[in-house]
Amino acid sequence: MPIRRPRAPFSFSTWLRRPAVTPRTDLVRLTERGLYCEAADSYIDPWRPVDRAIITHAHADHARRGHAHYLATRDAEQVLRIRLGDVSLQCLAYGESVTVGSVRLSFHPAGHVLGSAQVRLEHAGEVWVLSGDYKVAPDATCAPFEPVAAHTFVTESTFGLPIYRWRPPGDIFAQVNEWWAANAAAGRASVLYAYSFGKAQRILAGVEASIGPIVCHGAVEALNDAYRGSGVTLPPTLRVSDRPGSEDLRRALVLAPPSAQGTPWLRRFGEFSDAFASGWMQLRGARRRRSVDRGFVLSDHADWPGLQSAIAASGASRVFVTHGQVPVMVRWLTEQGLEARAFETEFGGGDDGAEVP
Amino acid sequence: MRRFASLYRELDATTSTLRKLAALREYFSAASDADCAWAVFFLGGEKPRQVIPTRVLRTLAVRTADIPEWLFEECYQAVGDLAETIAHLLPDPGSGSDASLADWVEHRLLPLRSLRDSALDDAVIAAWRELDASGRLVWNKLITGGFRVGVSRLLVTRAVAEVAGVEPTLVAERLLGDWQPTAQAYRALFAAERGDERAGRPYPFFLAHPIDRPVEELGPCEQWQAEWKWDGIRAQLIVRGGRPYVWSRGDEPMTERFPELGALAARLPDGVVLDGELLAWRDGAAAPFALLQQRIGRKKLTPRVLREAPVAFVAYDLLEIEGRDCRADPLHRRRAALEELVERVADPALHVSPVVVATDWNSLAAQRAQARDRGVEGLMLKHQDSAYGAGRVKLEGGGWWKWKIDPYSVDAVLVYAQRGHGRRASLYTDYTFAVWRGEELVPFAKAYSGLTDAEIREVDNFIRAHTREKFGPVRSVTPELVMEIGFEGIARSPRHKSGVAVRFPRILRLRSDKKPRDADTLDTLLRLIGPALPAPFIPERGEPRE
Ligand SMILES: [Zn+2]
Ligand SMILES: [Zn+2]
Repeated sequence: MPIRRPRAPFSFSTWLRRPAVTPRTDLVRLTERGLYCEAADSYIDPWRPVDRAIITHAHADHARRGHAHYLATRDAEQVLRIRLGDVSLQCLAYGESVTVGSVRLSFHPAGHVLGSAQVRLEHAGEVWVLSGDYKVAPDATCAPFEPVAAHTFVTESTFGLPIYRWRPPGDIFAQVNEWWAANAAAGRASVLYAYSFGKAQRILAGVEASIGPIVCHGAVEALNDAYRGSGVTLPPTLRVSDRPGSEDLRRALVLAPPSAQGTPWLRRFGEFSDAFASGWMQLRGARRRRSVDRGFVLSDHADWPGLQSAIAASGASRVFVTHGQVPVMVRWLTEQGLEARAFETEFGGGDDGAEVP
Repeated sequence: MRRFASLYRELDATTSTLRKLAALREYFSAASDADCAWAVFFLGGEKPRQVIPTRVLRTLAVRTADIPEWLFEECYQAVGDLAETIAHLLPDPGSGSDASLADWVEHRLLPLRSLRDSALDDAVIAAWRELDASGRLVWNKLITGGFRVGVSRLLVTRAVAEVAGVEPTLVAERLLGDWQPTAQAYRALFAAERGDERAGRPYPFFLAHPIDRPVEELGPCEQWQAEWKWDGIRAQLIVRGGRPYVWSRGDEPMTERFPELGALAARLPDGVVLDGELLAWRDGAAAPFALLQQRIGRKKLTPRVLREAPVAFVAYDLLEIEGRDCRADPLHRRRAALEELVERVADPALHVSPVVVATDWNSLAAQRAQARDRGVEGLMLKHQDSAYGAGRVKLEGGGWWKWKIDPYSVDAVLVYAQRGHGRRASLYTDYTFAVWRGEELVPFAKAYSGLTDAEIREVDNFIRAHTREKFGPVRSVTPELVMEIGFEGIARSPRHKSGVAVRFPRILRLRSDKKPRDADTLDTLLRLIGPALPAPFIPERGEPRE
């Protein structure tokens, strides 16, 4: 079904007729509505309704409803529309730049989820890069993180402690396969809780689909469709409404959002083993609190070495730290000789970023 | 080591007893006798001695991980467990060690005791280098003396018994006391019972279930024997081969700690086993548990300690007489023999736990209501025909029940929160509660347990959204959340700001229906404080029943 668009599309590059004044303060600063770039008179991932919102990615805490106009990547379009519906949305390819006010703006892959981007803002020779959420580990379902040179880098810090160091995703998928195959052999379903946008599709693309049928919760399946529609290859999946036979269910991998845990929806699977896929599963306490049989340490955020390498690769001498381990990262980066500060944003809670595992 | 580390991970990851049992069985079926012996030893709760001071280990870890001290501390705050923090922080996990658990314990762990300074450091670092992440965790737990995993000794015993194909109680008895973790000793667990094995070994304690139905449904009241549930140390007093033995329910030998029971045992006939409660005993009456606790805390038993906190044994049951195991006899017959025996011995340190006489359930309930004044925890209900079973087995048609008094409870306001430790390290789970004194909220209790995981997450969200100030790991929150707090006892305490100290506080439920203003006052608490000591109890002979 074609999506209805506004008749005269809004354009970020033409709305601002007057050249914006040179800001007296930083190019991007914290306001109560969100991170604001005065020279472009636009906000990046704002948390209160604004006129012009530049969106790094479609997770709920970064792409909120209620803004008048949105700017995001082309890859993010379909997933973003699931969440926002028929809004005024302008899309750019990665690397394509537009001029907004007196700022040259472009998106660059952040490797976090499909369509996730770092925002590069250039004004009077000064370059800021806002990372949104990112990871440097490989992910078959989105463009890989691309370092972008900047004077000032704005980084997330969800897993900003050196206890968080991820193993290669291939190792984790091997663990998932092993667990799934053992359950299938024992005739019980394998219920894997994962965030329905991003994590679930990454798992789908990573597991060995020949082990058994894959059943997805409706919330996951909606995103699967958007991923497939955006050109990402995923293995075939079933919905419960497809009425898979009980024989199939006992061998199935079931992907469900964490909110499905403990709900009647799971009853149809009979006896099952359950697991949770998240970076938080690194800690035993978090694993046990989830009360699942297995915890798979798989995150769409950078681990500690990933954060450090991304910051170093930006070449920035100034770093602003957002959501996660803010004070720790600020102190660490300061000790490394960088000028580091905090941005007290309202991000977090959209995916892995939720501190409550 | 790899297999043991993965067993540890499995036991640690699941809360299901069946899955734990399966994991243990698998291990005991696959590992060598020597490895199984050490696994039984550690999993059964024998902690290896701490071989390296925590402070030294921290310093070593900080150096090896090459991070600043403060960052280590932040990590520790997030993880809540030193061994695990270190396991995550050490660089480049090795591929894991193929050497066996026994090898690791005997050739790597135990020799650490004789090493000092840099030799000790080097040995620990060398071990870290070889092990993978899960192996490092287990190793760190072992060297810090903090090895603990969520299995009971009973479960380990069961798994061994199932693999060995022998009675769980026999394995339990063989594991009691000074069991040495050698391959031979492990193999010996599999053998058929020998005649001489019995001396000095207690029977498995029979445990009662909390009552799960209205008492009326238990049938006629007169079929049940009711006794007070004493607040002391459950123990068995054994006299065999002319020697006394005292065992606590935790399978801990306590013979040395209670010399007066040795004297008492000398007056008992040979071949006797009594089940009962060890109580502090003053002026012919049971004294509060606190007095017994003081005595347990003492390293040395001076004459003064013995004088100030003497103990008595209040017998519940007779398990063996004249060398005959009488556990299968009906309770009424064991009871009669017990009373006869105690009367004959007539020792001031030996009593029979009196039967609480009641003609119907109503009158029993009325007596139970006075339990707190008597300094007891409630009532035990035992079917007159019941055998003395093993462990926590539910006997169809006549087991044992405990019918505890309801704890004290008040509504209080959440005022401070702190991150949990161990398995709750990333959540705010340790709460401080306050009650009103005029217009002021006075903290009076800290409580950790009682909420479901979902409630914990909800409260954690509330805390993060309502933080007023942070002091290190502690946050003060706006006083909005009311919870019902239960506790077992209350006393005046000049050391606490509120002037009261409560015993075993826990959260009974969230009271989202209440406003902070509805919370209780300090006056309410003070009114709960009774006389300084529970009313004295004079042991009396139980009334024989028809
Ligand atoms: Zn995100
Ligand atoms: Zn985020």
